[in-house]
Amino acid sequence: MSEAQAGALAHHFADLEQQREASALGMWVFLVTELLFFGGLFGIYCVYRHSYYEAFSAGSHHLSWRLGFINTLVLIGSSFTMAMAVYSAATGRRARIVLFLVLTILLGSTFLGVKVVEYAEKIGPCLGDGPHTGCLLPGPRFDGEVLHLEGERAREAQIYFSLYFGMTGLHATHMIIGIPILAIIARMAYRGRFRPEWHTPVELVGLYWHFVDIVWIFLFPLLYLIGHH
Amino acid sequence: MSRSHVVSWPSYLGVFLILAALTAATVWAAGQDFGSFNTLVALTIAVVKATLVVLYFMHLRYSPRLTILVVFTGFVWLAILILLTMSDYLSRGWSIVTR
Repeated sequence: MSEAQAGALAHHFADLEQQREASALGMWVFLVTELLFFGGLFGIYCVYRHSYYEAFSAGSHHLSWRLGFINTLVLIGSSFTMAMAVYSAATGRRARIVLFLVLTILLGSTFLGVKVVEYAEKIGPCLGDGPHTGCLLPGPRFDGEVLHLEGERAREAQIYFSLYFGMTGLHATHMIIGIPILAIIARMAYRGRFRPEWHTPVELVGLYWHFVDIVWIFLFPLLYLIGHH
Repeated sequence: MSRSHVVSWPSYLGVFLILAALTAATVWAAGQDFGSFNTLVALTIAVVKATLVVLYFMHLRYSPRLTILVVFTGFVWLAILILLTMSDYLSRGWSIVTR
């Protein structure tokens, strides 16, 4: 066992490989609980979309699929830079780990910036004493007319937008938590804390970031592309 | 070397390009009229994309069997949650009694 390995190895593991696999398994167990956390929302989505398809389709048409498409590419790009950061850590390229983590942070922030623009369009009109035309925040100020819906259908569309804000909001919360963690890992990388034999924190934050990407891979077609034909 | 090092960087670039192409495909497919199959097409593309991310970006393909089992089990529970719920909602109003 090399000296570098001896420094990183906790005494209750036989070797670094076993330690690394145990850490990755622990992260996966956490991600599986996250999967079912989001899964509950996806279940609610399936039931209401089945019941209120017309309102869901009208709500979906009001979203900008272009912004959703761009954001999907941005997030997939950030997953790629994240994978490259882990690869750089595994091959011992310190400067590249920092570079790719910073790129991941920038792409993640771009995604959140687009999300702010999208939210502002829908929430902005709800504020103040104005006529609230175009307000799409579920509640008493919700404007069903902008979706060409009336009465019962307009109330059903509020469920669509509740799920839109709930699911994209929970997803964005995960990114807001992930970005500072990426920054901490980037600082550790800059200080030379990682070696090809031991770079578990980079791997684990990578698993988290890719999971968040997967959630969006499902959110994009399910929220933005209902009944487009 | 650790098993996570198997994937080389050109493979990552390849996976990224496939994911981008599939994203374009899902937008294109949403504009086509496949009747009641539009949702199925969109979900199939999403499942393929998620599988690529899990296998290559998340290295599951090169992970120990125990890890693969844990992940697979998670998806089984998700399937139970959604499939059993929807089998109820989709079959309401069905009847074996014909008049």
